[in-house]
Amino acid sequence: MSADTHNNKQPGAVLTALEVMEIDKEISHAPYRSAVAIDALKIVQKYHGWVSDKSLQALADYLDMSAAELDGIATFYSLIYRHPVGEKVISLCDSVTCWIKGYKQLQQHISGRLGVGLGETTGDNQFTFLPAPCLGACDRAPVMMVGDETHVDLTEDKIDRILGADSDNSDGGQA
Amino acid sequence: MTSLPLTANINAARDPVDLAAYEGNQGYQAMHKVLQEMSPADCLQTVKDSGLRGRGGAGFPTGMKWSFVPMENASPGHKYLICNADEMEPGTFKDRLLMECDPHQLIEGMILSAWTIQADVAYIFIRHEYHLAIRLLQQAIDDCYAKGYLGEDILGSGFNLQMYVHSSAGRYICGEETALITSLEGKRANPRAKPPFPQISGLWGRPTIVNNVETLCNIPHILRHGADWFNSLGLGADSGTKLFGVSGRVKNPGCWELPMGTPIRELLEEHAGGMEDGYQLRGFLPGGASTDFLVEEHLDLPMDYDVIGKAGSRLGTGTMIILDDKTCPVGMVKNLIDFFAQESCGFCTPCRDGLPWSGQVLDDLESGNGMNADLATLEQQVKFIGAIGNTHCALAPGAMEPLSSAMKYFADDFQRHIDAKACPYCDADTATGGN
Ligand SMILES: Cc1cc2nc3c(=O)[nH]c(=O)nc-3n(C[C@H](O)[C@H](O)[C@H](O)COP(=O)(O)O)c2cc1C
Ligand code: SF4
Ligand code: FES
Repeated sequence: MSADTHNNKQPGAVLTALEVMEIDKEISHAPYRSAVAIDALKIVQKYHGWVSDKSLQALADYLDMSAAELDGIATFYSLIYRHPVGEKVISLCDSVTCWIKGYKQLQQHISGRLGVGLGETTGDNQFTFLPAPCLGACDRAPVMMVGDETHVDLTEDKIDRILGADSDNSDGGQA
Repeated sequence: MTSLPLTANINAARDPVDLAAYEGNQGYQAMHKVLQEMSPADCLQTVKDSGLRGRGGAGFPTGMKWSFVPMENASPGHKYLICNADEMEPGTFKDRLLMECDPHQLIEGMILSAWTIQADVAYIFIRHEYHLAIRLLQQAIDDCYAKGYLGEDILGSGFNLQMYVHSSAGRYICGEETALITSLEGKRANPRAKPPFPQISGLWGRPTIVNNVETLCNIPHILRHGADWFNSLGLGADSGTKLFGVSGRVKNPGCWELPMGTPIRELLEEHAGGMEDGYQLRGFLPGGASTDFLVEEHLDLPMDYDVIGKAGSRLGTGTMIILDDKTCPVGMVKNLIDFFAQESCGFCTPCRDGLPWSGQVLDDLESGNGMNADLATLEQQVKFIGAIGNTHCALAPGAMEPLSSAMKYFADDFQRHIDAKACPYCDADTATGGN
C-alpha cells in the first residue's frame, strides 16, 4: 500500500502543509528552488517512509524542475528510497572492520530470523533489511542500525534481543 | 594549557558538553579574543605558522589552503565555509566523537575559520546516519544564535555569519570536496574538475573552503594559544595532536587523542592493548580503507604525514584497521574493493567499470576459480586505475592502494588461493571466511 493513501489530505494536494512549510524553510536560504532538491526528497521521505512517483512529480513541480531530473537525483543517493520500505530499516554494516569481526554470520542470522534476504521486506512489513557502508563505529564492530538507533558489539544473542524487543526498542544513542 | 586540547572536554561516558559547560571550561574565549584583537590576516598567519595540516585524509596545510581565498573587495558577494562531516571512509570513526561529545568546539572553530576567510555563510555537511550529532549540532547552533555568537554583528564586531546543518542522503563520494559542493547544490554528487579550485569558485560559483571536522576543531586552540604552542605539541615534524583510532582484532579498539608523531607500536600496544588472544598481527591500513597496507617492520614509525608517506602509505584519517593472521588478506581487499565499486559515482570509465572488474577477479580467487593470469590482470588494473590523472577524482586511485600493497606484502596468500583452488582461510572455524 502506498504510504500516500493514509495521509488525510485534500484530493490532489500531494504535498502536505507541513511538508511544504519545511521545504519552504530550506528554500528561504537557497539561491534557487531546485537547490533544495535533496532536502525536499528527505522531508517527503521522513513523512511517507519513501518517495512515490506521485510525490516525486509533485515535488518536481514545486521545485520548478522536471520529474526526470529529480528522479536522477533521487536514485543517485542510497538513502532516498524509491520503493516502499518496512516500518523500520535494518542497516547492517558490511564494511571492512565489521567484515573482519564476522558480519557474514550475522547477516545469515538476521536473514534466517526474519525470513528475508538483503534488500527485502518482511511479510508483516515491519522490517526492511539492507546492507550499509561503514557506520562510523568500527571500534565497536559489528554494527547495525535499526531505524535511527545504532547498535554496536553485535552478537547473535544481542540481535535476537534487539529484534525481539520489536519496533519500540529505544535505548538512546549507541547501545 | 592542556596538551590534549581536542578531547579536553570529553569523558569516557561520552556525555555531550552543552553551551554552559563549554563556556565554563573556557569555551568561546578564543572567539572573544579574536573578534576583538585579531584581524583575519593575523589569524591566517597564525594558522599558517602553526603547521596545521588537514585532518580529512590528504594532509594539505590548512593555512595555505585558506590563503587562496580572495580577500577584501577582490570578490564581493557571499563566501562559504563548509565543514566536511561526511565521515564514510570505512574504518574511520573520529569525527563522530568530536561532534557527539563537544559540538561547540566545532562551532567555535567554524566561526573563527569563517572570520579568517571572511565567509558569511557556513554549512555542516554531515552524513545522515549521525542522528545524535545532527541533533546536538542543531541545538548548539540554536543556542549560539540566541547568545549572539551567530547571526548579525557577532559580539559587536560587525561580522555576520549564518550557519546551517545539511544532512546528506548517502554515498561515500559526497565526502570528496568538489562532489560535496555539488551535492550541497542539490545535484547528483559528481566531482568537479580542478581548476577552478573551490577557494575561487566553489558553492554556487563563489569562493568556498571545505575542511574536515577535526581540522576545524583545532582552530580555537591555535588562535588562543598560538602557533608555537601548537608546534610544540607534536613529537616529530608535524604539529599538534590527532585523533588516532584502531579497529579490528585488538584487545581494546578505540579512538584516542595523541601527539602527532606517536609511534605506531605505542598506539597498537599501549592504547589498543595489543592483539586479541589467539590472533597475530599480519598488517594494517594506517589511515582508513584507501591507504596502503603497512606491516610489522613499520611498527616503530611515528604517525607523521611524511614518514608514513615515505613508508609507502598515507596517514589518511589516522584510524587504522588491523589485519590479523586468521583473516584472509585477499578477502579483506575484496571487501574494500567492493565498497569502492559500489560507491563509484559512475562518471568515469576506469572507476565505474574497472573497480567491479577487480572485484570480480578477487571473487574468482576467493571462490577457487583463480588462475595465474589473474595476478597479471590485477597488476594491470593497479597500474591503470591507480594512476592519479587517469580518473576524474581520487576515489579510484584510493581504492587501488590496499590492493597493490596487499599484492606486495601478501603475495603468498594470493598464490595459495590459485594453487589450492580455494581460499585457505575459509574452512578454519575461526576464520572470517570468504565473502
Ligand atoms: C572519495 C573521497 C572521499 C572523501 N571523504 C571525506 C570525508 O568523508 N571527510 C573528509 O573530511 N574528507 C573527505 N575526503 C577529503 C576531502 O576531499 C577534502 O580533502 C577534505 O575534506 C579537506 O579537508 P581538510 O583540508 O581539513 O583535510 C574525501 C576524499 C575523497 C577523494
Ligand atoms: S574516479 Fe570514480 S568516483 Fe571519482 S569521478 Fe571517476 S567514477 Fe566518480
Ligand atoms: S566497518 Fe562497520 S562500522 Fe565501520
